[in-house]
Amino acid sequence: MAADKAIRKFGHPGKGRRGGRYEGKGRQVEPAALSEIQALLGDRPRRRDLLIEHLHLIQDSAGHLSARHLAALAGEMKLSLAEVYEVATFYAHFDVVGDGDSAPPPLTIRVCDSLSCDLQGAEALYDNLSEKLDSGAVRIVRAPCMGRCESAPVAEVGHRHIVNATPEAVSDAVAAGETAPSIPPYVEFDEYEKNGGYHILRACLSGERDIEEIISTMEASGLRGLGGAGFPTGRKWRFVRAEPGPRLLAANADEGEPGTFKDRYYMERDPHRFLEGMLIAARAVEAEECFIYLRDEYPGLHHVLAKEIAKLSAAGLSEGTKITLRRGAGAYICGEESAMLESLEGKRGEPRHKPPFPAQVGLFGRPTLINNVETLYWVRDIIERGAEWFPAEGRNGGKGLRSYSVSGRVREPGVKLAPAGITVKQLIEEYCGGMAEGHEFKAYLPGGASGGILPAAKGDIPLDFGTLEDEGCFIGSAAVIILSDHDNMRHAALNLMRFFEYESCGQCTPCRAGTEKAVKLMAAADWDQPLLKELSQTMLDASICGLGQAAPNPLLTVLKHFPGDST
Amino acid sequence: MSDTIKFTLDGQTLEASAGETIWQCAARAGIDIPHLCYSKAPDYRADGNCRVCMVEIEGERVLAASCIREPSDGMVVNSSNERATTARKMVMELLVADQPAREGSHDPNSELWHWAERMGQTQSRFPARQSPDADDSHTAMAVNLDACIHCTRCVRACREVQVNDVIGMAGRGSGNKIVFDFDDAMGQSSCVACGECVQACPTGALMPAGGAGKIQADKRVDSVCPYCGVGCQLTFNIKDNKIVSVEGRDGPSNSERLCVKGRFGFDYINHPHRLTKPLIRRDDAPAKSADMDLDPANPLTHFREASWEEALDVAAAGLKRIRDEADGKALAGFGSAKGSNEEAYLFQKIVRAGFGSNNIDHCTRLCHASSVAALLETIGSGAVTASFNEARNSDVIMVIGAHPTSNHPVAATFLKNAVKRGAKLIVIDPRGSTLSRHATHFLQFKPGRDVALLNALMHVIVAEELYDEQYVQAHTEGFEQLRNHLKDFSPEEMAPICGIEPDVLRQVARLYAGAEAAIIFWGMGISQHIHGTDNARCLISLALMSGQVGRPGSGLHPLRGQNNVQGASDAGLIPMFYPDYQSVDDPAKQSKFEALWGGALDPERGLTVVEIMDAVHAGDIRGMYIMGENPAMSDPNAHHVREAIARLDHLVVQEIFLTETAFFADVILPATAWPEKDGTVTNSNRQIQMGRKAVTAPDGVMPDWWIIQEVARRIGLDWNYDHPSDVFAEMKQCMDSLDNISWPRLERESAVTYPCDGEDLPGNDVLFADGFPTPSKRGKFVPASIIAPDEMPDADYPMVLSTGRQLEHWHTGAMTRRSQTLDDLEPEAVAHLAPNEMDRLGIRPGDDIEVATRRGRIALKARADTGIPKGVVFVPFCYAEAAANLLTNPALDPFGKIPEFKFCAAKVEKAASAAAE
Repeated sequence: MAADKAIRKFGHPGKGRRGGRYEGKGRQVEPAALSEIQALLGDRPRRRDLLIEHLHLIQDSAGHLSARHLAALAGEMKLSLAEVYEVATFYAHFDVVGDGDSAPPPLTIRVCDSLSCDLQGAEALYDNLSEKLDSGAVRIVRAPCMGRCESAPVAEVGHRHIVNATPEAVSDAVAAGETAPSIPPYVEFDEYEKNGGYHILRACLSGERDIEEIISTMEASGLRGLGGAGFPTGRKWRFVRAEPGPRLLAANADEGEPGTFKDRYYMERDPHRFLEGMLIAARAVEAEECFIYLRDEYPGLHHVLAKEIAKLSAAGLSEGTKITLRRGAGAYICGEESAMLESLEGKRGEPRHKPPFPAQVGLFGRPTLINNVETLYWVRDIIERGAEWFPAEGRNGGKGLRSYSVSGRVREPGVKLAPAGITVKQLIEEYCGGMAEGHEFKAYLPGGASGGILPAAKGDIPLDFGTLEDEGCFIGSAAVIILSDHDNMRHAALNLMRFFEYESCGQCTPCRAGTEKAVKLMAAADWDQPLLKELSQTMLDASICGLGQAAPNPLLTVLKHFPGDST
Repeated sequence: MSDTIKFTLDGQTLEASAGETIWQCAARAGIDIPHLCYSKAPDYRADGNCRVCMVEIEGERVLAASCIREPSDGMVVNSSNERATTARKMVMELLVADQPAREGSHDPNSELWHWAERMGQTQSRFPARQSPDADDSHTAMAVNLDACIHCTRCVRACREVQVNDVIGMAGRGSGNKIVFDFDDAMGQSSCVACGECVQACPTGALMPAGGAGKIQADKRVDSVCPYCGVGCQLTFNIKDNKIVSVEGRDGPSNSERLCVKGRFGFDYINHPHRLTKPLIRRDDAPAKSADMDLDPANPLTHFREASWEEALDVAAAGLKRIRDEADGKALAGFGSAKGSNEEAYLFQKIVRAGFGSNNIDHCTRLCHASSVAALLETIGSGAVTASFNEARNSDVIMVIGAHPTSNHPVAATFLKNAVKRGAKLIVIDPRGSTLSRHATHFLQFKPGRDVALLNALMHVIVAEELYDEQYVQAHTEGFEQLRNHLKDFSPEEMAPICGIEPDVLRQVARLYAGAEAAIIFWGMGISQHIHGTDNARCLISLALMSGQVGRPGSGLHPLRGQNNVQGASDAGLIPMFYPDYQSVDDPAKQSKFEALWGGALDPERGLTVVEIMDAVHAGDIRGMYIMGENPAMSDPNAHHVREAIARLDHLVVQEIFLTETAFFADVILPATAWPEKDGTVTNSNRQIQMGRKAVTAPDGVMPDWWIIQEVARRIGLDWNYDHPSDVFAEMKQCMDSLDNISWPRLERESAVTYPCDGEDLPGNDVLFADGFPTPSKRGKFVPASIIAPDEMPDADYPMVLSTGRQLEHWHTGAMTRRSQTLDDLEPEAVAHLAPNEMDRLGIRPGDDIEVATRRGRIALKARADTGIPKGVVFVPFCYAEAAANLLTNPALDPFGKIPEFKFCAAKVEKAASAAAE
């Protein structure tokens, strides 16, 4: 037979300049890695919007994301390699380990270096820990605001936050292996319900209470979005309700503005008040599903919410509305509502262009109601107490209540539920026990990292939506950071610009390149003030989202009010 | 009307229609707003990220990106006030800060530098970032991210336009970085080298390798790609009579897209192997034998150079002698689907009118002969009923027995676009491909069991009454007979045969039948079987019963293999038909062509490709004229073919290289390559397109139409064509399909789809809305029964051999293996095997192995391919050193006469030398 003849070797016209290829193009999925990923995912759906959740699974179990696992995950989820890689590398809490790179040590200690912690010696803490602990078993990394600014400085050992952290306290936690989040006592489902909780929601579910009346009450209460944008809540509900279904709700629990910790404060103490508010809102807009986007810096709350959501669902309170709890992964930008939607869809947290607004085209392209945690937290009280209650509060022309997250150089930092419109001086004196020992009030940030920096001389401006804009500032999420005569304003501005550079998503030039160039210019001994001002104007005018638009605020206000401070 | 709104831009009142952006309206009004991340190329989504197009909208707090923002009624927009221009300049200054200096930059003529100059912002006051390193790992493209502005045009090119999904934007903020896969070197990534990113990049960060992008062309010529049946329009950039680079043009089938072959595969025309002198076999040349192996660099071992005059005389005299001694039936011709329509027409005419027989065929026989047979039999037309671009209107797309991501890469992009839009994709194939990932259902069924699978689908549609009763009643015949026939093909009974679970068969049947508009694409996995015609009949029945023909987004589309296989078939390069499928055995047609061509014609059908080789062995055929075909590589059981052509008394080969077939020639006539000549070609979509001469051919080389005419004159035909346009004019006299399509129109429009109803009307993309060109005007159901493949695996040959193509190589490799880029990408013969099969055989990737069948044995390397099922070995047929067709089975489909390339029994062994290690 021909087949058994010796093989005739024919010539060919190729040059064969390069070597041959003996596998498919690019990385191949390792069968063993695929089995590991399949076992890890179990029967979880392989939908794209779950990509970040699946990455968390791998990160949590392996301590990092190896290239072989990422390739297997891509194969399993029918995603391209690039789609998986670009998401994994966007979020700070994922450690992508390339071929041949060494995996991070099993334990990570994050030291917060945002302004409130910086004021309280975060830099020294970081240096000390790096010297003492950094080893094959532990790594020390800097991290942005962890939302515990009232107890600065803060470090996180694994998932355990050490407040008022000292090198000793951190070392002790490491030695004791205390890496699980600590969960303070809170109002659990039974207790909440016993004290009148879910009464309103039940009434809405049964039809006893008219949704229209609920929305009218919300409108009349004057409650505005407390995530920072201040959009009237009742009106937003009405807008979304008017859009064609199916509709969705997304609760923004990605409180990342440095200096802000009020959402954590409320969720840690009374989670059901927030959840009931969310479910009432869901009834109001007839949302088929509620997504809670919880920042990954609040791991204890993830346990709490998961547990309590299960309870309320078992009690039939989420009927008609599925509740889905999702984890962020270390990205400030995902607090921006459209970036949050992208992240909920399993993508990089890059803000969307507006219009269209999320109320029209939101999550998965559907009309979506987005409310901040605290906004939803007040819903029950407002409906119980009536539309008149909330606006009756207020001071200096302000209406309603605000939860000020106060940190920095005050005697008693913390969440201060105070009348809207209160001035910073009143807040310090009446709510915070005055300035910290040995500190003289010099300046304050009325609205976290983005809201600008004002001198003490401007301490009599009512703190409310719309009152600070003339000064190039805003109240935002009401994160008030108090600075003193011990603090250098240029140093503070540079700290904040570094934060924005680190957290910029990188999508648009003014923010990506602008924050990077600004940091370079601001790190110099002499600031090129005209260029910084020109750059700032373009960042304000031409950035896609609020991050880039607000990033120059501290810089510009420091240039205006503290020309004398030098680095 | 109500869709348009009015707004003011820089004081002018402008109208905008729905979906139009401020930028687009401005451009229409002659206002040139800078743009970088926004590309005007078709299908590029505006992204609004670079911010060099900012404008001010009155009443808005911040500026808006004009490229993405749609104006609303009454909006007042300023593009030229100080706020807007200052912001734009500052953005440009930020970008320029990080660029390499313009002089010495990767592309000093990039869009970035163009706009920087226009805006007066070529300098920057800002400190630069740290530049990323260059990546020169890819043979075709250079990656220099120091010029990257993060505009994501390449990401959209790769992910949204071509949907090859290799490029991403990784990292965050100023650490953002364009990456290939996992930040892999481009050359090691899953990149398929379509070059769309290079075409899209506005800065020179992605460029053709070797500085080709920097060369300023002295001439640009619009033409068509010579490779696959997609028929991409392109522009050749020429410098000093050399093609230096290629760009996609906005043709109807490609929308500026190209693949690796079309963009990077043109240097073959300058290869030193080009034949530039006519050659005559030396009298002292060794006797011809099937195992002959010549060096294509040096034909003079077996040939001598001759003048055109002498070579043409010898070529013609040999043919004439055989014709005159025996009769026309002792001669045969193989034309080529790689030539133009005009060349195909002339070639079939010389055989019919000059040789006096219908022994004329070409590689359509090896590709879609069975598909065409089934289509002609059932719906009266052998071409596609709808273009592949119609997938844009489909909600269900079925791809069966086809690997368009390799073989019709640009067509595949439109299918993937449709999936991204939300269409459901059903892929049915024993062999997985990169398309499978996009499929909602991937049915990896058993090789050769198409009829079982398709009948089961139809069984479900009939049993569950999902068929379109109205359509069946109005437009079909034979349904009752088919309905009865299908009773025996329940999913439960077919599942063990085809290897697909009954539930999956049901889901797929329901999905297809229930679609608003469903289209079927098929390739040679359907056609290249002894039951290829039955396979195609099943697909046609499936479409007819579901009413999925004749509407936008529906239809039947056999993906045609070669750039002009549709046109060559239309032009009559097949043994049973004159041009336009007019039967040679129809006396009326015969008289018509006798009148047109001035001479008697043979009333009998001629022989097909494989039959011709058998006839040579039998001594019935003694002389052949082969133009641009390579049967020594492309035909099944190639050893038998080579023995045949070695036996011929006289073989004339018209070629650009000394192919494996030309080894056996008595006379070789050196011809022009595609970019060296004018002519029309017809793609898979029935689009007739104009190919334009871009470069002057090497001295001594002549156009094919001229050569055919010279041979014709020497065998007694009085031909007087001066240019391909003269040939086209004659074709119009006998081909109704060319009505309303003239040479000047093609020169003007570059492409016209046939059939076309008016000189000022576009051609018809979707056919048969209202019945079929059959005598009854109805589509016919032809039931098919299960026929096992001709040669089933057994103890001696336990595996299944399947053959096909690769993305980088074209047909028998004569052109592509002589392209440096393509040869770099796929330099050697490989056999694809399932990784678990390799484990079983003790073979590692890259091992030397041997593949043997009852007809031959070849030696090559093993490649692990997760798409291959266990028990199957796949061998591309483009490698001369391990010619897959030495192994293939020449058993034929009785209707299409197509051989069973997709199935024969084989064995795979580790090579003796490797085994000894």
